Amino acid sequence: MYDFSYHRPKSVADAIGLLKGKPEARAMSGGMTLIPTLKQRLARPSDVVDLGGVKELTGIKVEGNNVVIGGMTRHADVATSAEVKAAIPALAYLAGHIGDPQVRNRGTIGGSIANNDPAADYPGAVVALNATITTNTRKIAADDFFKGLFETALADGELVTSVSFPKVEKAAYMKFPNPASRYAMAGVFVAKTASGVRVAVTGAGATVFRVKAMEDALAKNFSSAAIKDIKIPADGLNSDIHGSAEYRAHLVGVMARRAVDAANK
Amino acid sequence: MTAATGIGARVLRTEDKRFLTGTGRYVDDLPLARATYAYFLRSPHAHAKIKSIDVSAAAKLPGVVNIFTGKDLVDAKVGGLICGWVVKDKHGQPHKSPAHPVMAVDTVRYVGDTVAMVVANTYDEAKDAAEAIKVDYDVKTANIDLAKALDKGAPEVHPEAPGNLVYDWEIGVKADVDAAFAKAAHVTKLDLINNRLIPNAMEPRAAAADYDKGTGNYTLWSTSQNPHVLRLILSAFVLGIPEHKLRVVAPDVGGGFGSKIFCYADETMVCWAASRVGRPIKWTAERSESFQTDCHGRDHVTHAELALDKDGKFLALKVETIANMGAYLSTFSTAVPTYLYATLLAGQYTTPLIYANVKAALTHTAPVDAYRGAGRPEATFVIESIVSKAAAEMKIDAAELRRKNFIPSTAFPYQTPVALQYDSGNYPPIIDEAMKIADYKGFEARRAEAKSRGKLRGIGFSSYIEACGLAPSQVIGQLGGGVGQWESAQIKFNPTGNVQVMTGSHSHGQSHETTFAQIIHSKLGVPMEQIEIVHGDTATTPFGMGTYGSRSLAVGGSAIIKATEKIIAKGKKVAAHLMEASVADVEFENGVFKVTGTDKNVPLAQVVFAAYVPHNYPLADTEPGMDENAFYDPANFVYPAGTQICELEIDPETGTTEIVAFTAIDDFGNIINPMIVEGQVHGGIVQGVGQALMEGAVYDKSTGQLISGSYMDYTMPRADNFPSFKLGYKHTPCPHNPLGVKGCGEAGAIASPAAVMNAIHNALAPIGVKHVEMPATPLNVWQSIKGAQRQAAK
Ligand SMILES: Cc1cc2nc3c(=O)[nH]c(=O)nc-3n(C[C@H](O)[C@H](O)[C@H](O)COP(=O)(O)OP(=O)(O)OC[C@H]3O[C@@H](n4cnc5c(N)ncnc54)[C@H](O)[C@@H]3O)c2cc1C
Repeated sequence: MYDFSYHRPKSVADAIGLLKGKPEARAMSGGMTLIPTLKQRLARPSDVVDLGGVKELTGIKVEGNNVVIGGMTRHADVATSAEVKAAIPALAYLAGHIGDPQVRNRGTIGGSIANNDPAADYPGAVVALNATITTNTRKIAADDFFKGLFETALADGELVTSVSFPKVEKAAYMKFPNPASRYAMAGVFVAKTASGVRVAVTGAGATVFRVKAMEDALAKNFSSAAIKDIKIPADGLNSDIHGSAEYRAHLVGVMARRAVDAANK
Repeated sequence: MTAATGIGARVLRTEDKRFLTGTGRYVDDLPLARATYAYFLRSPHAHAKIKSIDVSAAAKLPGVVNIFTGKDLVDAKVGGLICGWVVKDKHGQPHKSPAHPVMAVDTVRYVGDTVAMVVANTYDEAKDAAEAIKVDYDVKTANIDLAKALDKGAPEVHPEAPGNLVYDWEIGVKADVDAAFAKAAHVTKLDLINNRLIPNAMEPRAAAADYDKGTGNYTLWSTSQNPHVLRLILSAFVLGIPEHKLRVVAPDVGGGFGSKIFCYADETMVCWAASRVGRPIKWTAERSESFQTDCHGRDHVTHAELALDKDGKFLALKVETIANMGAYLSTFSTAVPTYLYATLLAGQYTTPLIYANVKAALTHTAPVDAYRGAGRPEATFVIESIVSKAAAEMKIDAAELRRKNFIPSTAFPYQTPVALQYDSGNYPPIIDEAMKIADYKGFEARRAEAKSRGKLRGIGFSSYIEACGLAPSQVIGQLGGGVGQWESAQIKFNPTGNVQVMTGSHSHGQSHETTFAQIIHSKLGVPMEQIEIVHGDTATTPFGMGTYGSRSLAVGGSAIIKATEKIIAKGKKVAAHLMEASVADVEFENGVFKVTGTDKNVPLAQVVFAAYVPHNYPLADTEPGMDENAFYDPANFVYPAGTQICELEIDPETGTTEIVAFTAIDDFGNIINPMIVEGQVHGGIVQGVGQALMEGAVYDKSTGQLISGSYMDYTMPRADNFPSFKLGYKHTPCPHNPLGVKGCGEAGAIASPAAVMNAIHNALAPIGVKHVEMPATPLNVWQSIKGAQRQAAK
């Protein structure tokens, strides 16, 4: 990796201060994505601001109807959290199926959604559960957060401090993993909340997207039979040696039906 | 000797302590004072002319010690890398052997070809400098697709090999085979691809070298499976450093699977440059470099035909294969798809006539050479696939068709029509046992139950044979091999009674330190903890050929036995003297010399002490010391055989395959440590299943970029992809080596691809799928199912 200055602030305010005015500075949470990028010399940050020492960014709290997860909270902590398991078991399941134990013990929710890898799992939950992302400056609705391939609504130097998930009536996540990387090749998060049904797909497209036709059908009848004839167009979906766009489109349908069945169990 | 630790016992591995506690010592762990670090600039193009290389800016960067390019090697008259096996084509002409410069001079021929070496004070500085080297490439069209590599007009890889053809080789008499086909009641035809694999040893390749100006001695530490062979090649062909001035050490090595047999550019450069730089040089491959530059394995395109009579007796087999050599001929590349492949095409069967034609092709891809099984997995895949296909076509049970054609146990030694003479074997009891353990009878019920869950269940057989324990030197010589294939051992007792056993073979996961100690313990009665197995250093071990081709125990173990016999013979003379008896009356058992019929005895340790402190010793006719050397050249290959049965379920909605049961019954002759053998079989099965379901080296067909160049895209099998394996053994001891052992290191990988793919075809046959290529990934299986559905709809 190239040389950079390393900082380990203790507060969000200090972290922001360190990032400010340095367009080439980068925050680091778990480092599971950033460090490999540095090692492969694909990024050349001037400064790395390690959020690992910022206590206020970690932890899981239940606030009224919401589960609030700090930006630095590790996947393993979400997967095993009693609060999350009780309120939104599908979210704990999702976190428990990210990567491997090493990755889950380092990687964080803030880092994952800020990075917005098209094959990441969390964006599916964030959008399907209509979560709210809190940053050091504002609150952002899930639908406005994920903009495109590795692109989010975050401004330079803006940090994800927490993500707030409303409790659900029913939800499930079904992931068809890429056989090699085990990231999502087609991951479908289905959620039924007080405000309606949402179906969010990750892994199949450039970024997470919702399937309106499925949401409408499931709002009327929350059963896999209700969506069995809904075809996802392959146009614009990802295509690589592990899955053609056509295959991914097909998998979205299969995973969606299986997610609905799992949610109904 | 105690049964708990001797031959046949499940002794825990001596190696485990250091490997499981992180105290193994690998090349990269070496502390070398004043070390410099090397980084190799690799070609980003599959095929390009190098118009110029400008290192001037790079050379000025901080920490840079030296930068070398191919031109420096030309100026220094360094030789090229060699291919050590001359295969004669069907007209008796030696294969085309294009030059293989250690670093590219004017042309790069694959993504990863070595272009320059930067030596700097730190690795990062070397890398920084490499980024500052300006190479002006004139990019040319690349020849990537093997199936088209020999077509007219395909881009040429080397002018020395017109049309990219290295050889057009054959075995068997085509006219005889054609005549048998003309009379056949049934002919089964099969086109298949044996997918290209990347070895992925856990430890990447690494090298470190030090040059001693005072003595002129070089030391090269390398992740080699065969340090003496590496030294020989570097000395005699490439660098010209006299053998006695070059020490090669292969310390703990984390897996090789064949990929660390060969002599590579990087280790050659590290060794050569050490004297120029005047400081030690260290280099360890990054994982992406391993993907790009380790020799790959397999990569065949094959058409096969099997002729059968009306009862299913095999009449003849015809095989045509194009084998990928990659961009350069690696050390043993030419032998793999010929002598290690076509000679195995009889399998376990009495097929009386076999003809095989193999064309070796050059492409703009990484060199291809031996990889676990080397040729024999490819052969087994052809035979076992076509036999199962024939069974399905003729509506004969797959096990029944195999049994009908097995070489009977009374026919050994059995001369096949493709050169090999199988020494021993008894195949029917193996398949019987496998079928019993796999509950073959209950399969249809399990298939029906799976169907009720929406799953397609299939079962597949693979009855393999392999020739390993490489090999009788004279046979190797007749076939064009450039080396002998014996193995060496030295048993060196110390005055205090403990013993060091030097072997010319090398352990990089095979557990020699345990297995060989068990042999010594059984034969000489020395307690396990007083035995040290020493390997991997040309300075401390006798010349040896190294470890590959499942040879260490059959050949290296036999050399150890020969050395123990010399120790016992000498010990008897000393013991006779000490006990004042005649040598003829002295016998040796459980570590003690005795005078027959008396209670007079003297333990080996005391004899050893007398040999080193020869105050009371038969000096007149016996030399002091207890240190014996032996070399063993085998009379034949060894022929392990077995049957595997794979049972799997396919989710037709997603194309995902789950292996639900896997049975392997093997005949490895006598077994020294069943636990270690099971470990070898487990690993082999996993690699073979990896090939069948997951792994595949994929190059972009136009640019030649390696798409599967990291674990993001190259699917390695993982523990959760497998059920517990059901293993068992049958034993027909090898008749020609003193331990009665056969090899076990490659068997799992040789047999399993066919077992898996036969099960896949068995599962998918009911829905009309005719053929699935490896790797049967979810995408591939789903597309095959869709294809069959479209066909059915027509
Ligand atoms: C082997 C492996 C397997 C994996 N498998 C999966 C998988 O199956 N599914 C999956 O979803 N993911 C997977 N991942 C990714 C993993 O989930 C990472 O944790 C995640 O991508 C990034 O989280 P991180 O905390 O490590 O972020 P980092 O690597 O620290 O940072 C990633 C990016 O986000 C920025 N960033 C970090 N924190 C913040 C913040 N609070 N606010 C704003 N920007 C921030 C950084 O500047 C950087 O650009 C895998 C990773 C590895 C190495």
